[in-house]
Amino acid sequence: MKATQDTAPKAAQPVAPKAAQPLLLAPSKWRPWEFALWLTIAVTPFVFPQHGALINEIAILALFALSLDMILGYAGIVSLGHAAFFGLGAYGAALFAKHVMPDPLVGLVVGIVLGALLGALTSPMIVRGTDLTRLMVTMGVALVLYELANQFGEFTGGADGLQGIVMGPLLGRFEFDLGGRVASIYSLVVLFIAFLLVRRVVHSPLGVSLEALRDNRLRVSALGMSVNGRLAAVYTLGAALAGAAGALLAQTTGFASLDVLDFHRSADVMTALIIGGAGWLWGGLVGAIAFKVLHDLISSVTTQYWTFWIGLFLVLLMLVGRERLFRPWTWFKRGGAK
Amino acid sequence: MLTLLFDGIAYGMLLFVLSLGLAVTMGLMNFINLAHGAFAMAGGYVLVVLMQRHGWPFLACLPAAFVVTALLGAAFERTLYRPMYKRPHLDQVLFSIGLTFMAVAAVDYVMGSQQVNVQTPEFLRGRIELGSGDWTLGMGRYRLFIVVVCVALALGLQAILAYTRFGSRLRAAVDDPRVAAGLGIPVDRVFLLTFAFGSGLAGLGGALGVDVLGLDPSFPFKFMVYFLIVCAVGGTSSITGPLVAALVLGLADVFGKYYLPKLGGFIVYVLMIAILLWRPQGLFSRGAHK
Repeated sequence: MKATQDTAPKAAQPVAPKAAQPLLLAPSKWRPWEFALWLTIAVTPFVFPQHGALINEIAILALFALSLDMILGYAGIVSLGHAAFFGLGAYGAALFAKHVMPDPLVGLVVGIVLGALLGALTSPMIVRGTDLTRLMVTMGVALVLYELANQFGEFTGGADGLQGIVMGPLLGRFEFDLGGRVASIYSLVVLFIAFLLVRRVVHSPLGVSLEALRDNRLRVSALGMSVNGRLAAVYTLGAALAGAAGALLAQTTGFASLDVLDFHRSADVMTALIIGGAGWLWGGLVGAIAFKVLHDLISSVTTQYWTFWIGLFLVLLMLVGRERLFRPWTWFKRGGAK
Repeated sequence: MLTLLFDGIAYGMLLFVLSLGLAVTMGLMNFINLAHGAFAMAGGYVLVVLMQRHGWPFLACLPAAFVVTALLGAAFERTLYRPMYKRPHLDQVLFSIGLTFMAVAAVDYVMGSQQVNVQTPEFLRGRIELGSGDWTLGMGRYRLFIVVVCVALALGLQAILAYTRFGSRLRAAVDDPRVAAGLGIPVDRVFLLTFAFGSGLAGLGGALGVDVLGLDPSFPFKFMVYFLIVCAVGGTSSITGPLVAALVLGLADVFGKYYLPKLGGFIVYVLMIAILLWRPQGLFSRGAHK
C-alpha cells in the first residue's frame, strides 16, 4: 500500500478529493422541481378527494414500479416474476389482518418482511445464468406461488379470493373510508418514505456499485467487490418494497385474490416502469401515472380490447426508442437520438 | 401406466414442435421472442377457420397452417423483428410482450373470446388398445397421429441440419454470425428463412394441438411459459436438447396431473427451477459462449 502511494504522482494527491467531492455529490442533491412535484403529489388527495381510489391505485403501482426499478433499472436484472413479492405481501397482510390483528401498520411490516424473506431466499437463483435463465427463474417463482395460492384454497380463498378482511383504523384514529381518502394518503406517505429510502440507497456507494455492475459485471468483480452479495442485497430490498406495495393493496381494498400473483401484474408493472423510464428514480412514479391514465382513457373507449393499444404502445416504444417517441421534433431527422 | 407414458410422450412431442422454432430463433439470433405463442395461435385459428368456414379437409389444413404462419413470420421478421436483434434483452422482451398483447386482443376481437373446437376426421378418433391388465397401452389415434407427425418432423429437421447446405450454413451462423457473414454466407437470408420456418412450425404445432391443448385467445400467454421452459431447460444450440426437454416436460406434466392433481402445474415449475439452478445454461448447452 505504502509503495504504491509513493510512486503515485504527488501533485494529484491533495487536489483530487476536494474537487471530486462536490462532483460526486451533485447527482444526489434535491432539485427544486423534485420539491415542487412532491408538493403537488401531496396536495392531490385533498384537492381531488373524489378520486381517492384512483390516487391510491396509482400510488401502489408507483411503489411497485419503484421496487422493480431498483432491480431492473439499477441492477439490470430482467425479472418477469416481480408479482411474486407483491402477491406474497398482499396475502401476508390480508391473512395477518384476518387472523392476528387488524392494525394496518403492523400488517404493512409483515408484508415487507415476507417480501424481503422471499427475496433473500430466491436471490441465489438470480445471480447465476443468462438473461433467459433469470427470466425463467423469476417467472417460475411467481408461478409456483400462484399455484400454491390456488391449491391451498381453504387458507387463501383460492380462485374466489380472500374476503372479509376488516382493517382497523390507521394509527388507531383514522378509519378507512369508502371514498379511499385515508387510503390514498396512507399509500402516498408509504410511497414517499420508500422513495426517500431508495433515493438514499441509489446515491450511496452501494447504489453506484450497482449501476457499475449493471454495465460491466466483470470489471466490478475485478475491482474486488462482491457482485453476488450486492445483487442479493438489492434484490431483497426490491422484494421488500414490492411486498409493501402488495400489503398496501390488500389493506386499502380489503381484498386479496389470485390476481395479485398473476403474470399480467408483472407485465403491467414492467410496462409502467418502461413508460416512465428505468434506471431513473422518478421512472416508477411517472410511469405509474401515465400507465393508469392511459388505462383509464383507453378502457373508457374500448373496455375489452385495451390491451391491444397498450401492446401497440409497447411495440412502438421499443421500435422507435423512448428518447425519440417523446420528442416528436426528432422524428424526421436522420440519425437523431437513438 | 403405459397409457400415461404414451400421453406424456404425445404431449411432449407436440410441445417440441411448438417450441422448436423458438429455440432456433433464440439460439440463432439471441432473441427472446415471447410472441412465439402468438404464431402458434395463428396456426390454430387458420385451421379452425379453414375447416369450419370453408370446409377444407383436416389433412389439407395442416400444411395450410404451416404456410400461412410461415409467411406471417417472414413478414414480421422483415418489418418488425430485424431492428430488434441488436437491442438489449429487456427491449426484446417488452417488444414481444407488446406484440402478444396485440395478437391476443386482435384475435379476441375477430374470433370471439370463447374456446373453439374442431372435429377431427373419422379415422383419427377412437383408441387402440394393446396388452392387458396393468400393462394396457391405450393410444388415442389422434395422439398417435401427433407422435408420428412429430417424429417425422424431428427426423427430417435433424437430417436438414446435418446433411444439407442450408443446415451447415445455419449451424455456422448460429455459432458465429460475423465469421459466417465473412465467409459469404447470406446471414440475413438464413435468419429470415429460419424465422419463417420456425413460425411455420409453431403454426403447425398450434394447428395439431387445437384438439389436445384447446384454443382460445389467451393461448399465447397460457403456453408461453411452457415454450420458454423447453428452450431454457433444453438449451438452444441443438435439436436434441429441446426434444429431451419437451419430452421430460410433457411426461412430468401428464404424470403430475394424474397422480398429484392437487399440485397441478406446481411440479413442472419446481422441476424447471431446480434444473436451471443446477445447469443455468440448460441441460445440453455447449458451454457459455454467449
